[in-house]
Amino acid sequence: MKEEQKMSKPILATTSLAGCFGCHMSILDIDERILQLIELVEFNKSPINDIKTFTKAVDIGIIEGGCCNSENVEILKYFRKNCKILISIGECAIMGGLPALRNGIPIEECIHEAYIGGPTVQLNKNHILPNDDELPMLLDRVYPCHEIVKIDYFLPGCPPQADLIWNALVALITGDPMKLPYEVIKFD
Amino acid sequence: MENTITNIIEKYNNDPLRLMDILIDIQENFGFIGNDAVKEIALALNMSEVDVEQTITFYHFLSTEPRGKYAIYLNNSVVSIMYGQKTIKATFEKEVGISFGQVTADGSIGLFDTACIGMNDQEPAAIINNHVFTKLTPYRVREIVKSMRQGKDMDELINESYGDGKNHLPSLKSMVSSNIRRKGMVLSDNYVYGSVTKLMLPNLSPEAVIQEIKTSHIRGRGGAGFPTGLKWEFCRRAKGDNHFVICNADEGEPGTFKDRVILTEKPELVFEGMVLAGYAIGSDEGILYLRYEYRYMKEYLEDVISTMLKNNLLGSNIAGIDGFNFDIRIQFGAGAYVCGEESALLESLEGKRGEPRDKPPFPVEKGYLNQPTIINNVETFATAVRIVENGGEWFTQFGTEDSTGTKILSISGDCLFPGVYEVNWGFNVNDMLDMVGAYDVQAVQVGGPSGTLIGPDEFHRTLGYSDLSTGGSMIIFGMQRNLLQDVVLNFMEFFIDESCGSCSTCRNMPHVLKNKLEKIINGKGVKGDLADLKEWSKVLNASRCGLGQTAANPIISSLKNFRHLYENLLQRDKEFDQGFDLITSVQRSCKYVKRVPKFHPIE
Ligand SMILES: Cc1cc2nc3c(=O)[nH]c(=O)nc-3n(C[C@H](O)[C@H](O)[C@H](O)COP(=O)(O)O)c2cc1C
Ligand code: SF4
Repeated sequence: MKEEQKMSKPILATTSLAGCFGCHMSILDIDERILQLIELVEFNKSPINDIKTFTKAVDIGIIEGGCCNSENVEILKYFRKNCKILISIGECAIMGGLPALRNGIPIEECIHEAYIGGPTVQLNKNHILPNDDELPMLLDRVYPCHEIVKIDYFLPGCPPQADLIWNALVALITGDPMKLPYEVIKFD
Repeated sequence: MENTITNIIEKYNNDPLRLMDILIDIQENFGFIGNDAVKEIALALNMSEVDVEQTITFYHFLSTEPRGKYAIYLNNSVVSIMYGQKTIKATFEKEVGISFGQVTADGSIGLFDTACIGMNDQEPAAIINNHVFTKLTPYRVREIVKSMRQGKDMDELINESYGDGKNHLPSLKSMVSSNIRRKGMVLSDNYVYGSVTKLMLPNLSPEAVIQEIKTSHIRGRGGAGFPTGLKWEFCRRAKGDNHFVICNADEGEPGTFKDRVILTEKPELVFEGMVLAGYAIGSDEGILYLRYEYRYMKEYLEDVISTMLKNNLLGSNIAGIDGFNFDIRIQFGAGAYVCGEESALLESLEGKRGEPRDKPPFPVEKGYLNQPTIINNVETFATAVRIVENGGEWFTQFGTEDSTGTKILSISGDCLFPGVYEVNWGFNVNDMLDMVGAYDVQAVQVGGPSGTLIGPDEFHRTLGYSDLSTGGSMIIFGMQRNLLQDVVLNFMEFFIDESCGSCSTCRNMPHVLKNKLEKIINGKGVKGDLADLKEWSKVLNASRCGLGQTAANPIISSLKNFRHLYENLLQRDKEFDQGFDLITSVQRSCKYVKRVPKFHPIE
């Protein structure tokens, strides 16, 4: 990012959609640099500080997880509307990840297996399928985030390494070139 | 049943190299290749069952499930659709009472789609139990299905006249027409078969034959255009226990049918070309690899071969040349476009899945059975005879400097006189359109789906290796056609169906491109999609064979020459749209759990 575009004290928001919070754990894995991070950015809506709604315009939104239900989609759109830059982090946000394993199976079969047919279903004697209006509605398949809204950057990994997240954020905030040593982008 | 399978296997001497023949014979006799058959073949050929299965499942016309007493394969290529395939398909479905891809409960009739069957000049066409039915109409379909219901045999199903040319011969009895509309040196009737072999070969050395081919500057007629003389020379020089001559009659490129016509009208010329090649490279065995779609020619071509044997134009000491022996046999494919690729063809010849080999080594060094092998197109062999007859120098007076001789074009689509035209190289597209009676032309697909789609501002271009290179397929599209929906999308589906699946690029990227194309066609496209199409298709260059490397050509060339068609479909007010629709995507789950979708956008 060029000099003049540098952000003063950028505002950061994060969310976990159809993910496992592993990516958020990886954010926390930056260890003591979390103190530096607080110097660098101001946190807005995020599970890290438990702010539930955007209170101002945000510069960087970090998305963990893809979209498996209507709520994920609404939140993702909410982020897109309120953030200048959106970053997909981790396999699930970028490709659908583990939840997307269901994509080869018809959604009706998935629901049946989960609530009626599955070997571990013991208590649902009346074969009730959850359909309360308050519940999110399942999508026909799991979508990666960029198939729903425009995503500006992608940080791969399962989860992406803490150093990768850190380097990316620092580069984005300072405008310096991003450090990409082999260790942070090798996945085995 | 068991006995007959045993007989079939024994007919081919329990030879694993003849697995294709064994499977084809079993498929034809039983309508499928069941578990028992697989077990027995594996045992007799000393191979594993999965090896047998993987060959079966690779080919379109082989099946582990019954395909019906009458198996109907309807061509779904673009020209067939232009000539009413959808109506024909619907009529079949209505009359038979099943959908395509199914077999009736009583096992009598099966309906299947199939890629271009080489009948573009007489569509819509279908193959039923190895008989080709051309120019189908709904009335004809009803008649055919009625006869099937009555259990009539195939001969009774054919109640129309046979096609032109040699198609009426007792060994062919086919309703296919050759539609030769312009003759040149190859299709001309002024050559006396066998005269080069009998009168000239005894006085020519193999090197002299190769020299004439080299002097002629002929390049391969199958599409890639490799200099034929060089190929023969490389092969002659390559060391091996044996050398092989293979004629590539797979003719799978949609829109091409000239090899069908050459093999129907001039098979002696093709076989004589193979004999010359055998003499030139020092080989005593030739194989014609013939696509299964042309199975109806089997008896006819075998007759031609045995007549040539009788006349000492094949067999031992041919034309009295001491020690020059050469035999030809026919090997059928079983429905796979990629088997036209020469190294995939070799795999298939050896009884395996038609997956292309890594190159090098090239077939001239390690081909069939790892021996030096030349593979040439049907037309190349036929032309070679006229070259040796008249001299390489004579040949160069036809065509242009870099593309000598004539080219046989398969012309189809929106024109008055579809058929086969032999022209000199250097012909331009405008002349071609005037020649075939094509008016108000929107576009011409030159060289099939792997070639290029050109519009009127390029009709001045000429056919030749340095300008518009082509294996001969020319499909003409009139103004009334929807190029993206009817043509480009159809071609993409063709590549998706025909990929052998070895390379992840070729296995996946055509799907991705097709999805994007559909999104644009459905009005959900945005500007960025066009850039994506162009950039992403580059990935296909990393594919192993020509199929994958050219699989994006329908999109790339239409984007280049018909960009406005794409741009007209784009959404002007949106920068981003992946085509995702929340309302649609929750319908199925809501229906299943019995709830009415309600949405809560967060403000
Ligand atoms: C996917 C694919 C399909 C092909 N199909 C054919 C074919 O049907 N007939 C043919 O002669 N060549 C076909 N070719 C080209 C052959 O690989 C080979 O170049 C040709 O048979 C050589 O003969 P020629 O030099 O006489 O043209 C195909 C190539 C590819 C990549
Ligand atoms: S490019 Fe396609 S057809 Fe060719 S080898 Fe690869 S996967 Fe097979």
